[in-house]
Amino acid sequence: MKKKTLITIVALSLLAAVAGFANCGAGAGGGKSIAERAFVPPGQYDEFYGMISGGFSGQLSIIGLPSGRTLKVIPVFTQDGEKAYGYNEETKPMLMTSHGFIPWGDSHHPDISQTNGELDGRWVFINENNTPRIARIDLSIFETVEIIEIPHAAGNHASPYLTENTEYVVASTRFGIPTPQRDMPVNQYKGNFKGMTSFVKVGKDGRMDLEKEGFQILMPGFDYDKAHPGRGKSHGWFFFTTYNVDEGHTLLEVNASQKEKDYIAAINWKKAEEYLKAGKFETWNTNFAHNVYDEHTHMATTSWGKKVRVLDPSKLPGLVYFLPIKKSPHGCDVDPTGEYIVGSGKLEAQATAHSFTKMLKAIEEKKFDGEAYGIPVLNYEAVLAGEVKTGLGPLHTEFDGEGHAYTSFFISSEIVKWKLGTWEVVDRKPTFYSVGHLMIPGGNSRKPFGKYLLAMNKITKDRYLPTGPEVNHSAQLFDISGEKMVMINDFPTHGEPHYAAGIPASKIKDRSVKIFKLEDNKHPYAVKTPEKTRVVRKGKEVHVYMGMIRSHFVPDVIEGIKVGDTVYFHLTNFEQDYDVPHGFAMMGQQSSELLVMPGQTETSVWYPKKPGVWPFYCTDFCSALHQEMQGYVRVSAAGSNVPIKYTLDDDPVDVE
Amino acid sequence: MRKNKMIKKSIMAFFSILLTSMIACGGGGGAPEQPAPKGQSAVKDDVSAANALQVAKSIPDFSTLVAAIEAAGVQDAVVNVGPLTIFAPLNSAFDKLPAGTVETLVKPENKGKLAYILTHHVAPANFPVETLEKNIRKQRRLGMASGKTLEVTKKGNDLMVGGTKILKSVKVSNGWIHVIGDVLVPSDK
Repeated sequence: MKKKTLITIVALSLLAAVAGFANCGAGAGGGKSIAERAFVPPGQYDEFYGMISGGFSGQLSIIGLPSGRTLKVIPVFTQDGEKAYGYNEETKPMLMTSHGFIPWGDSHHPDISQTNGELDGRWVFINENNTPRIARIDLSIFETVEIIEIPHAAGNHASPYLTENTEYVVASTRFGIPTPQRDMPVNQYKGNFKGMTSFVKVGKDGRMDLEKEGFQILMPGFDYDKAHPGRGKSHGWFFFTTYNVDEGHTLLEVNASQKEKDYIAAINWKKAEEYLKAGKFETWNTNFAHNVYDEHTHMATTSWGKKVRVLDPSKLPGLVYFLPIKKSPHGCDVDPTGEYIVGSGKLEAQATAHSFTKMLKAIEEKKFDGEAYGIPVLNYEAVLAGEVKTGLGPLHTEFDGEGHAYTSFFISSEIVKWKLGTWEVVDRKPTFYSVGHLMIPGGNSRKPFGKYLLAMNKITKDRYLPTGPEVNHSAQLFDISGEKMVMINDFPTHGEPHYAAGIPASKIKDRSVKIFKLEDNKHPYAVKTPEKTRVVRKGKEVHVYMGMIRSHFVPDVIEGIKVGDTVYFHLTNFEQDYDVPHGFAMMGQQSSELLVMPGQTETSVWYPKKPGVWPFYCTDFCSALHQEMQGYVRVSAAGSNVPIKYTLDDDPVDVE
Repeated sequence: MRKNKMIKKSIMAFFSILLTSMIACGGGGGAPEQPAPKGQSAVKDDVSAANALQVAKSIPDFSTLVAAIEAAGVQDAVVNVGPLTIFAPLNSAFDKLPAGTVETLVKPENKGKLAYILTHHVAPANFPVETLEKNIRKQRRLGMASGKTLEVTKKGNDLMVGGTKILKSVKVSNGWIHVIGDVLVPSDK
């Protein structure tokens, strides 16, 4: 009896110990509980910046990891009334295209600039899927500073992936289209529609160029889905998944998967550079917008690209090869060593890894299984490194730098961790809600930071408190520092994330700009001191050069505006203090507010329609006297003779 | 008896193991390390223009004022976005007070009183010299954070506030500092 009690108690003790341990989450994470691993205490910083695409929101969310806290939503392809992006005169040109001004876009895949295959944190690029464009966001100010339109393309999905020294950013289309565009019957798709692939040159200053140093490759009219660059030994190559090599043009959910295999297109861009140097290109006339935001003038301008150099791979041997892959692949992911190219046939139950070394050998030995539009198709077995028999519907793979790959499975809603080279499955964890993409900070570079994995789900349903029929997409964070993955956080995202990028905070945070120097402001309508503020009439155009400082506008009373005028409010924020923006909103104005950062100038246009006295005010709680920060504009009837007059405290502005 | 002792020991063992496992789990057994609460006066920023407290701290003649601000615990208010106009007494101004006044005021039990006196030196809003001069012309009194008002006057060429002369004016990121040679003691205290 005595002995039995003792044994029972000891057994219970051990059980409790084990249970306590299990509660910590399988022992990884330095012995911390799951909650502690995701918890960032008040006043402390996250370890990583996460940059999650907004999909149909057109924007890019900046979040902290592991907390999942939203730090900022950067407007990129869609107007944002909060920040006046696409509403103020300075940023309207950012959304200009050859189709005119477009207020919305579909942002998909963020990719952080690299040097020697490692994340350098200078810029993040992101593609627009609907009207093909690539944007560049400067990570010292977290604002969109450049958008280039991609001509001869349609859905810009296999984009904007970067080569390992940020030499090029690529763009390839998910739609075959007549190239160049022309009026023709859609059912004559086969052989007539093309899938133009672009290599946009990125300058040392980040500036993109397609016309002079960039180029395009006239690929067959397949659908190009995802891409990744070679790295290390495979630097100089770029890999794109294709689907619909069937060249179906209708009911693609059936017609695009009749063949057993699709392709990964391997493009030798160093070879392309040789061909360009040798003049083996055609120059095509075109028209595309190139919008650049100038940090000194705080203004964007649009210029127009008129020409592009086009290479025809059917005539240029060695430029492109096709690697067969299980049908309808999505992700095309290259491991940190550059040896394995992983394609995931999303209708299959396996991920496929091809070998770069074997690919070169197969090319040398001409192990081809025919060709497609003059491009050699390599023998599947000759390039195959391994098949990972895993879950259902593999989509996308990232790497931890420790020899493991992590593949998301949409249909079986799980993440599978497997070993490169042996292809054995190490761990699998459910995500429950149809995971699409996943991200390990640096997971698509030579040097991943294999601590966390972010799974972005396509479905949410009952995961959070319900918010009507539309629920934000769910994301889940896993600690992958141990052998087994442990889910440590779960949070809703903005829009629909299609991919994300992550980077240690230390690579960015100390470069983050606090204010714009007023003395460096080169905006043509900037004013730098109160006495220089003024109101100038030029016919029916009125320019208001207005200043803002806690807690007033100067001038704050304006008279002499008439119905029918076009009034430009040029607001300069005189503050030189971190986190003291001022806002501006004019009653009845058919536009957004302005939100002007310290030292910056922004402009909004107002078309006064009714005589009266109309107020304006500061929309940002800038100071204790924010509510006092306001003013009036007197609008007189068209043809009245009220003279222009502007004052502060009932005095001329230079009396202050 | 012996059996009871054994059970007691075993129960203790049970709890100690349970505790150990919980400690292992908690990474130190307690709540995660909490940083000491800090306010805006602790923000590291060498890019923005200097705020009122940073300017005051950089001038040795304001050391008594700075000590008083710290004793009253109002550092965060002085770096607050404001805007505020501070009439800042020099060290010599505090020396003019009856002996022992400063020493008494900076005692913890007089924190409230000290803070009240300090707020009498702060006008919420931007008051550059030009605006102060306008106050005379427009017959506006200066509303102070203490809830009292001060009169701005002109004595010859000298601009006076609350009866003391403004010696110098400095623009700071969150308002203005006007240097004065006397402490402005609120009339009721």
